Amino acid sequence: MAAGVATWLPFARAAAVGWLPLAKKTMPKPPIDNSSRSDEILYVNVSGVRFQTWKNTLDRYPDTLLGSSEKEFFYNEDTQEYFFDRDPEMFRHILNFYRTGKLHYPRHECIQAFDEELAFYGIVPEIIGDCCMEEYRDRKKENQERLAEDTEANEAMDAPLPPHSTPRERLWRAFENPHTSTMALVFYYVTGFFIAVSVIANVVETVPCRPPKGSVKDLPCGEKYQLAFFCMDTACVLIFTFEYLMRLFAAPSRCKFMRSVMSVIDVVAIMPYYIGLVMPENEDVSGAFVTLRVFRVFRIFKFSRHSQGLRILGYTLKSCASELGFLLFSLTMAIIIFATVMFYAEKGTKGSTFTSIPASFWYTIVTMTTLGYGDMVPNTIAGKIFGSICSLSGVLVIALPVPVIVSNFSRIYHQNQRADKMRAQQKVRLARIRMAKKGTTNAFLQYKEDRALGDRDSGSGALCVKNKSTFEHQHHHLLHCLEKTTNHEFTDELNYSELCITESVGFRTSRSTSLSSQQGAPNHSTGCCPRRVRRRAAMRLANSTVSVSRGSVQELDTLHTKSTHLPPQTRSSLNAQVDLKLNCGEQDFSAAIISIPTPPANTPDDSLPPSPAVIPTGILRTTRATAYTSDTIKISSL
Amino acid sequence: MQPEDKEVDGGLLPDSKEAIPGGQAEGSKWQRPRFSRKSLMKCCLVKWIIASTTQQGPDSSDSDLELSMVRHQPEGLEQLQARTQFTRKELQSLYRGFKNECPSGLVDEETFKTIYSQFFPQGDVTMYAHFLFNAFDMDRSGSIRFEDFVLGLSVLLRGSVTEKLRWAFNLYDINKDGYITKEEMMAIMTSIYNMMGRYTFPSVRDDSPFEHVEKFFQKMDRNRDGVVTIDEFIETCQKDENIMSSMQLFENVI
Repeated sequence: MAAGVATWLPFARAAAVGWLPLAKKTMPKPPIDNSSRSDEILYVNVSGVRFQTWKNTLDRYPDTLLGSSEKEFFYNEDTQEYFFDRDPEMFRHILNFYRTGKLHYPRHECIQAFDEELAFYGIVPEIIGDCCMEEYRDRKKENQERLAEDTEANEAMDAPLPPHSTPRERLWRAFENPHTSTMALVFYYVTGFFIAVSVIANVVETVPCRPPKGSVKDLPCGEKYQLAFFCMDTACVLIFTFEYLMRLFAAPSRCKFMRSVMSVIDVVAIMPYYIGLVMPENEDVSGAFVTLRVFRVFRIFKFSRHSQGLRILGYTLKSCASELGFLLFSLTMAIIIFATVMFYAEKGTKGSTFTSIPASFWYTIVTMTTLGYGDMVPNTIAGKIFGSICSLSGVLVIALPVPVIVSNFSRIYHQNQRADKMRAQQKVRLARIRMAKKGTTNAFLQYKEDRALGDRDSGSGALCVKNKSTFEHQHHHLLHCLEKTTNHEFTDELNYSELCITESVGFRTSRSTSLSSQQGAPNHSTGCCPRRVRRRAAMRLANSTVSVSRGSVQELDTLHTKSTHLPPQTRSSLNAQVDLKLNCGEQDFSAAIISIPTPPANTPDDSLPPSPAVIPTGILRTTRATAYTSDTIKISSL
Repeated sequence: MQPEDKEVDGGLLPDSKEAIPGGQAEGSKWQRPRFSRKSLMKCCLVKWIIASTTQQGPDSSDSDLELSMVRHQPEGLEQLQARTQFTRKELQSLYRGFKNECPSGLVDEETFKTIYSQFFPQGDVTMYAHFLFNAFDMDRSGSIRFEDFVLGLSVLLRGSVTEKLRWAFNLYDINKDGYITKEEMMAIMTSIYNMMGRYTFPSVRDDSPFEHVEKFFQKMDRNRDGVVTIDEFIETCQKDENIMSSMQLFENVI
């Protein structure tokens, strides 16, 4: 809403008197407005910085926090001011918006922080003034790209196998992410090796070898060792065909796969061989067949699956398509113009190499790209003048779009680098969080034990209890309440697995209500838990990777929406600092992160062993005993 | 000056002085252009080169400067208090709002139209805003100063019923001659119906304004002379209950 609207509304309403004599019907009653008419100065205290403004100023935008009655929630009766516990620097910009009607984006601020402030005060970012809008949009887009990439990368790499994945899906995953399983990795390297072999064979084939006895002429190696090369070629093509067919089989959408660039390259790489097999030994046709062999060189493009840099290059070229198109177009124009000019300039000279305009094209291209082979050289003065103009303009025309392409490439390349760096960082973070969670579980269980102890022997229990902070107390009490509510208890994984093994049907303890499928577990003991464990672990993993990648509010939302069964302790996990000391005898600790009902913990991606049959896929195998003896661990969550 | 001018004008065109005896028939023949200095100067290309290479003349910058320095200061608070029926605080509040929106202290017609159109997103308010602007701009200066603004508001919000009716009459009387003619009323009515926009229920028919004007004249024009005078207007309105009661509606706006 524009500033003008609120300020001028009284005027517009007053001007409505002009309609009254003309009115066909009676006018409606005006809305009752009991607010005080006189303007007053309001005091707004933002984290200690006091701002003063007229009430009217704030009332200009009634759909924001400060303009509506929502600000009454923040009114402090004692000091007669509105107190906001937010960033005063940012508030300055917010208040200026009310004053001037224009919202500016401070360039030195983080875009997310700014967005959050805007969201808090109920201001829509779209009203940012033109002066700052472009900068804001650019930064926002950049930020979003960065975040999107990371989530994508996460999901792609760390997402676990969905349960009940068919062999087909598993195969596809193996092809797409080779490092998920050793088999895939082996296959990946084998195909890479064969691509290299095939390309080298193609190249070496044409190298002249010593001629066999009795002949003078040098023979290319391909003809000398025809059988050997043929065998090598066959082997490579077999591997490639096999790979292609496997990919085709595994692809979730075959049509889409067949249209994708990589598959086209695959087909083009192996087609010549088959065509060669099928074609008869005909003189005319074998000429064409030789041409087909050229396509074998496309096998080198298969390397782009293996090399990220190549993919980046390809992606860059695709994204710079318009600049490249422009470059091509302008070059073509220039070539035609200069070729024509050169042709007519050199027309008269005897023995001129500029025999026709298309022949001059070659000269123009060589000159414009500053190659200058010297096979075609102008002899007339006019030709030389125009030739020099041609080479100067060539430099200019080529130099124009190149920086754009280069900057695009560098941007994409750096984004990729960043993605790798973030992944590495995350692994470290995950490890840290794992440890913190471990600590929290133990803290809680310790609390329970102490309570149990306390029931029996108040003395020693009280001692331990005293060492925890208020926060800890309340947190544990909360968890306890939850336990009582659901009539389930928290335990750690050791106990859980024990219990799991001892009971085949109907788990009395350690079961989260989130378990939806309660059907009878299969009989063998290792089967029941792992599947359930894995499933839950999978769910937890999916949730936790979301939660641990960034400790922001948005994440909290995703966490909550994704997993409504997760009890509230995760909120405390994301907000609180974790200062963990695991021995009761030492000072307080506040372990904020607690693992959720059995089987606990994040299963970090790197600890996921490939075979699903192993029970504790990433389940922490720490015992409480070890937790007690370990030294103090200072862990900060996220 | 005259011959010179002629020469200048005829620089690149067939010179009228070189009147060919052939008259019209040969008038269309292309004459060789006279490359006098003046004609050269008039050539667009030359003009452009000179303009781009020399500094901007002092005239243009002066006029720019002049415009940006236009700032209107309102009368003192006491005078305005005397002339209007607003309290001191109200005037202060009004001026703060006004000055915030229009730092130069003046509202020109374009800005006025923009502001007013924000309240009626569906329709086209340009016509009505134009009439309203003229009603506020009492000295026909082309811009509304704060005094005009406040005086108008004072009448509308704090004036007596007669004063308000007088103001409305002034609004309808486009040429301010003291009479409302059918054409003037038609213009006003059309502009009001334009503000409704296209999406109304029932749809605004083409003759709706005309009908309305007819009804208005029937009611107001006592002596059936085709125009409504101020006395007729006030008299008729005072007799109409609805109008009188609705005059109180907007008193609490400020």
